[in-house]
Amino acid sequence: MKTALHRLLGTVSSLRLTVICLASALVLVFAGTLAQVNAGLFFIQEEYFQSWFVWWSFTADGFRFPVFPGGHLIGAVLLLNLVTAHIRRFSWTWRKLGIQLTHLGLIIMLAGGLATDLFSVSSYMRLRQGETKNYSEDDTRAELAVTELGTAEIAPVTAIPGEVLADSPTVNHESLPFSIVVKRFYRNSDLQMIGQENVAAVPAASNGAGARITIQDQPRATKMNKHDTMSAVLEIIPAKGGKSLGTWLVSMAMAQPQEFDLDGRHWSMELRAARYYHPYSLSLISFTHETYPGTEIAKKFSSKITLADPAHNENRQVEIYMNHPLRYQGDTYYQSGFEPDNSGTVLQVVRNPGYQAPYVACVIVALGLLIQFTFHLTAFARRTSSAPAP
Amino acid sequence: MNRFIPYIILLVAALWLGASWRDPKPKPDDFDLRAFSRLPVLVGGRVKPLDTVARNALLILRGKQTLWLPDATNKKPATGIARWLEKNGVVMPAGTSMTASRWLAAVLFDAPVADTYPVFAIANPEVLGMFGWPQVDKKYASFTELQPYLAKIDEEGKLTAETDAKERSPFQTAIYNLRNSLVLYQSLKNSIHPEDSTHFGAEINTYATTVAASAAALSQNNTPPTKEQVALLNAAVTRYESQAQIAYMLTVPPPAGGKPSAWLSTGAALIRVDSPQSLPLAVTSYAKLSDAFRDADPAAFTQAAEAYADTLERDHRDWSGRCAYELRFNLMEPFYQSMVLYIGAFLLACGSWLVCPKGMRKTAFLLLMLALAAHSFGMFSRMYLQGRPPVTNLYSSAIFVGWGAVVLGLVLERIFRDGIGAACAGMVGFITLIIAHHLGANGDTLEMMQAVLDSNIWLATHVVIITAGYSAMFLAGFLAIFYVLLALLTSGHDRLVLVKRAAMIVVPVGALFLIALMVGKLVPTSAPASVQSVFQQVNAFMWMALCATVFVIAISYGLVIVLDVLGLRRKLVANQSKDLARNLARMVYGIVCFATLFSFVGTVLGGIWADQSWGRFWGWDPKENGALLIVLWCALILHARWGGMIRQRGLIAMAIFGNAITAFSWFGVNMLGVGLHSYGFMDKAFPWLVTFVVAQGVLIIITLQPAANHRKLPA
Repeated sequence: MKTALHRLLGTVSSLRLTVICLASALVLVFAGTLAQVNAGLFFIQEEYFQSWFVWWSFTADGFRFPVFPGGHLIGAVLLLNLVTAHIRRFSWTWRKLGIQLTHLGLIIMLAGGLATDLFSVSSYMRLRQGETKNYSEDDTRAELAVTELGTAEIAPVTAIPGEVLADSPTVNHESLPFSIVVKRFYRNSDLQMIGQENVAAVPAASNGAGARITIQDQPRATKMNKHDTMSAVLEIIPAKGGKSLGTWLVSMAMAQPQEFDLDGRHWSMELRAARYYHPYSLSLISFTHETYPGTEIAKKFSSKITLADPAHNENRQVEIYMNHPLRYQGDTYYQSGFEPDNSGTVLQVVRNPGYQAPYVACVIVALGLLIQFTFHLTAFARRTSSAPAP
Repeated sequence: MNRFIPYIILLVAALWLGASWRDPKPKPDDFDLRAFSRLPVLVGGRVKPLDTVARNALLILRGKQTLWLPDATNKKPATGIARWLEKNGVVMPAGTSMTASRWLAAVLFDAPVADTYPVFAIANPEVLGMFGWPQVDKKYASFTELQPYLAKIDEEGKLTAETDAKERSPFQTAIYNLRNSLVLYQSLKNSIHPEDSTHFGAEINTYATTVAASAAALSQNNTPPTKEQVALLNAAVTRYESQAQIAYMLTVPPPAGGKPSAWLSTGAALIRVDSPQSLPLAVTSYAKLSDAFRDADPAAFTQAAEAYADTLERDHRDWSGRCAYELRFNLMEPFYQSMVLYIGAFLLACGSWLVCPKGMRKTAFLLLMLALAAHSFGMFSRMYLQGRPPVTNLYSSAIFVGWGAVVLGLVLERIFRDGIGAACAGMVGFITLIIAHHLGANGDTLEMMQAVLDSNIWLATHVVIITAGYSAMFLAGFLAIFYVLLALLTSGHDRLVLVKRAAMIVVPVGALFLIALMVGKLVPTSAPASVQSVFQQVNAFMWMALCATVFVIAISYGLVIVLDVLGLRRKLVANQSKDLARNLARMVYGIVCFATLFSFVGTVLGGIWADQSWGRFWGWDPKENGALLIVLWCALILHARWGGMIRQRGLIAMAIFGNAITAFSWFGVNMLGVGLHSYGFMDKAFPWLVTFVVAQGVLIIITLQPAANHRKLPA
């Protein structure tokens, strides 16, 4: 028993396993790079790098079987290999210092990468000039916002995540006097107005704008910069029992919320990009887009922002531009894009608890490699100088 | 005496290098263009001398930086070898050459004459056929010759523009490029003044006087301008506005101390004019130049150019000084000179293994130092001109990869003193500069940086370090190739065995090529286009593979067989120290360690930059993956070696494959046409990349061929 365990530990911490992992990683990265010619980066990222296995099937929706270890599996095995080898072979000698440091740095980097994969959240904040927002939006996720209109200055919003709509047939919420029955949920869809050219098309819903719109299911968007257009057909049934009010279509492609009345109360609901609220707000003072004289080549994009956080007595102006993000309260704001007419800015908002890992790891690994190779070099130089010249 | 020969050779080479410092002498009876060539204009966001504009334009139109005017009287076409040499650009047909600046002067000031110069290179037979011209290998057409077909070219070009660049046929690409060339030429012709302007000086004077007269009449007597005045002004404004729109460059600098964004085109400056006195100096000076050029008055031309250049030097010291420097840099062509010196040093280093080892090696080393000096001068000049760290685009990365490899090679040579480091340095320096030369064929290589790249700190750290990693990888790879050649040389195989082994590699590849060719021929023409294109691609690939294989076999087995036949093989082997193979493997190992350090640090710094500008440390973008591949490969080599999984030959084989990985990371990922690092796309080099990668594969096969008689080398 002990020997078997020993042998296992030996295998797990062996150099041979390191080499196998590195070789697999090489193949995976190469394949994942070439695959990007036909599919978008985000899709490949999910399929190849942020997965345990790379799956493959003969037909588009046939039986899928794993063909190669995915990024997570290789990374995890490599991390295990590194840690066990580190523990097993650790010896506190100057000769080994370089190697130890290098691998310690790599462990930090891999762990940081894992943390980033698991915990980092990315969203966007679109600001027009003069606009103030305390939330950012994630286009890849949806939420159903249900609001009672005409009651208060600031209407309470009940936000139901898109994932809930996708998974559960009926949604009940204590603040809502009705249940929402999800008749259909579309991960990606195409909406069309019913007009003269498609009179016979089936309307998506019985009420609201959906009665004049036909909807088609679409395959998931895989191209870069293309997002899924999530939609849902919802039926409203009063909670205390009674007749269904009918069905409504909500979609990320629809600009207007859908409204209905129930027992004299007026409700609206819309499917919108999921929002993340922050305990502070940003407002755009101005956005500038400079080009090199006499050309269209962009020289600089920059957003002048007012950051207001009453809780921390912060109220200051900041400029966000390329390579100069704003870091505040664990969120980082990057200049990401702009409205076509330069009237507004798009900031990318990233919350990544592991963002410092690469900085630390880089320094440690570089130091380790430097020590190791300097050691090699001096040993080598001593040997050459002692050898007779040819 | 023998001790001084290397230094004498160095002196001669240095004198040859120094000769280019001299100003070019103007041809007798022609214009002196020295002052004209350094006049600054604003193109592509950068202030540059007219000489640079001229060179880049000719490069785009014609593929060369000078214009060749074939002798019109000498109609007899060359035959035989002379024809082949002409076709391949080794020798030029009878005629005279014209500098780029001289050509530009004609384009700017005397369009009708410039229209007759053959500057449009057309190589596509279908395009030539479209014009009803004989479908020769390449033709240089003049604008006058193309004029009847302008509408057709424009129409076809516009159609092509709507097609995705990846799906264009060779004909479409050729016609599209021709259309772009014509657009460039047209806008160049109208850069200084409208091309039909015969006496620009008189024209602007009349215009400015009329503006002043009508304004004065209006303000003093309240009389409206006369009909003739209105007509003249209307026509002039329309004329200058359209000139401003089409002009290729901005010619009127801001007043002393003005903002760099205040440059104007001639037309835009003329519209702002209210009196003859307010005509900007730039406009009147160019008008004088134009009139002098048309009147064939070299003295007046020189005087006008010098007067204007002097004023600019007084008012705008910073960029006019830089323009003068850039002109000097253009004339010196330091990269071309170092290319010649590198190949010379390479040959000397190789020669040192045969005869006169010490002297030849010394000479090679000295020439390499000189070449490196010229190379460095060129690189630092570019940095000064651009105000940026050395690597800003693919072109400059090639320059830097070569530079780094040469420095490392020189260090190796200094340590081992066996000519290997020098030979590798010469080879890599030469090849990378050739690559740079071809990468620079698209115009200005000192282009402005996209907003995201506009960060000197990151350009100086991440980009430089990662490029140094490429240098090390290539140097290790080329050292490994030397090892393979050495192993063959010392293998003890006789000629028959060598021929057999070479055949074992060439024959299967050749057979596969023939099979692919035959299968391709069997595909019926009625087959769908997609099927046909697959077969075409397979054929093209097999052709490249065959070329690569034959080339590698020629420089490995072929070379050894030739040396054997000449009786030099024995001598070469006898001259080498017994440690050579082991030393080579140690060099490869050391350089791979170096590459690991640089590639890793460079990649992580790149991640940190990405974290600063795009909000993610790592995004699996092709360029990032390319860098990661190098790091992984280096780590793999080192761990396999430490684990005893590979020995000397395994290390060599892996280092050779490192060449392929580095080439993929450097160029291959750019050819995929996806990703955020979209500032260095290129597709013309694809066949070269494939050929290179296959060649590495063949070299690895040679390395791993069982070697019964390999000299037993301690690992």
